[in-house]
Amino acid sequence: MEWETVIGLEIHAQLSTRSKIFSGASTAYGAEPNTQACAVDLGLPGVLPVLNEKAVAMAVKLGLAIDAQITPRSVFARKNYFYPDLPKGYQISQYELPVVGRGHLDIELDDGETRTIGVTRAHLEEDAGKSLHEDFHGMTGIDLNRAGTPLLEIVSEPDMRSSREAVAYMKKMHSLVRYLGICDGNMQEGSFRCDANVSVRRKGTEKFGTRTEIKNLNSFRFLEKAIEFEVERQIDVLEGGGAVVQETRLFDPDKGETRSMRSKEEANDYRYFPDPDLLPLDIDSTFIEQVRASLPELPDEKKQRFMNHYGLSAYDASTLTSSREMADYFEAVVEQAGSGQAKMVANWVMGELSGALNREGREIGDSPVSARALGALLARIQDNTISGKIAKEVFEAMWAGEGDADMVIEAKGLKQITDTGAIEQVIDQVIADNPKQLEQYRSGKDKLFGFFVGQVMKQTGGKANPAQVNELLKKKL
Amino acid sequence: MSLSLDEVRKIAHLARLSVQEEDLQGYARNLSDILGLVQQMDGVDTRGVTPMAHPLDASQRLRVDEPTETDQRDHFQANAPAVESGLYLVPKVIE
Repeated sequence: MEWETVIGLEIHAQLSTRSKIFSGASTAYGAEPNTQACAVDLGLPGVLPVLNEKAVAMAVKLGLAIDAQITPRSVFARKNYFYPDLPKGYQISQYELPVVGRGHLDIELDDGETRTIGVTRAHLEEDAGKSLHEDFHGMTGIDLNRAGTPLLEIVSEPDMRSSREAVAYMKKMHSLVRYLGICDGNMQEGSFRCDANVSVRRKGTEKFGTRTEIKNLNSFRFLEKAIEFEVERQIDVLEGGGAVVQETRLFDPDKGETRSMRSKEEANDYRYFPDPDLLPLDIDSTFIEQVRASLPELPDEKKQRFMNHYGLSAYDASTLTSSREMADYFEAVVEQAGSGQAKMVANWVMGELSGALNREGREIGDSPVSARALGALLARIQDNTISGKIAKEVFEAMWAGEGDADMVIEAKGLKQITDTGAIEQVIDQVIADNPKQLEQYRSGKDKLFGFFVGQVMKQTGGKANPAQVNELLKKKL
Repeated sequence: MSLSLDEVRKIAHLARLSVQEEDLQGYARNLSDILGLVQQMDGVDTRGVTPMAHPLDASQRLRVDEPTETDQRDHFQANAPAVESGLYLVPKVIE
């Protein structure tokens, strides 16, 4: 029996405003508990929420970037539930009229195929506080610093058909919010997290299966693992003749499985109604155009430009534009190396540099080798001071903090030998030392050419200019 | 429209209200009467009327994104029944 997976995601992006969505308390991360929770965030009687303009602008920014309708008059609603980290007894959110309407995001899969994923809506809401269940003499500790932090909840259509597509979508959205500068994307701190709605149906059927919702996934890997586990689980249930129960589930990263949340925690009856403390939010075209004017070059546009302008492949262009920092780094190196060298720069950024960054789990922003330093190194390949192979050795030394390219080349004596006389001398020696191979080569064993090149490079410690070695060897043999 | 006693119990639970068993009947009747009042409006033709989100015909004013609040934790926590290490303490919410 063939099954098809259907996935929709609800992504929560914490907006990087300086103050909260409805109060003037700071949103800075890591403050002492409750020092950034004011009377409004605490839900004290008699206080009123006042909406943060920046949060609205950021929501509109995302809306424009995903080609969505901006709702001219949107409404805030109360979502009612009881939990100690929600002091008011309701979360201010948007229900029937969200600020951002229908849009879409194109994702690219590993095989180069593109798919369009529909975005149903995106709405503004406030985050809740944090409950700390460690031992406080059998009580729970509440920190309300996070309460009132602006969130944008981005709800997708059930358009994804595999965990791979869901991860590609979440990654693309993650890259987009960072490009737009509306969310820092820090998943460890919970600034960017998602809930996944997962169901399966028999291949070829129209009707969706019963879905479950997996809450609070804060890494791409957890999203992938949680979906994979959940799909297997649902298929087992259905093939065993059972029925999937619509419920909320939690992913346990240690066990790699999802489990049902007890129904007590669920209480899915939120009794939404318009919040009488807030007037409708009117967004006029002037405001929208102001936001539009502040949009940066978006990932897809950048990718297209990288392909057209630098002649990069679709794969290279999309890898390099996966984050704004990487794209900026690449362009800074190209600026120094010359746009004719774009392909070489791309190879270095995606190869040596990314490899070294991944090895140490570092971000490109704190690479020990700056774009300027890498550009200077590549310039030395260009002017024939060193070969590409030696350059990798120089790069390692630069990474280890042994100085800039010229310093390393000088200190290690890596300068390429381009003196024809000197190379010829080595070639003559190699030929004299290997009469047997010479005979075989001359009697037609062409493959031995590589052997001679190798010997010459070995004798010169890899420093002979490869092009010259080839040329001179051909002549001499 | 008339609410059952179970519905009243559920509504009370959602609102965390403790309702005495002997009062349920009365609440059911009162709430049903309110719903009946609202139901009268179903008879009005509202096609072409924009749903009202707020009784005031005005729109939300926006605030500049600047932190204006200062730390008043000690002041606020003086009202709390239990605090520790800057946290508000509440009865344990998970086992």
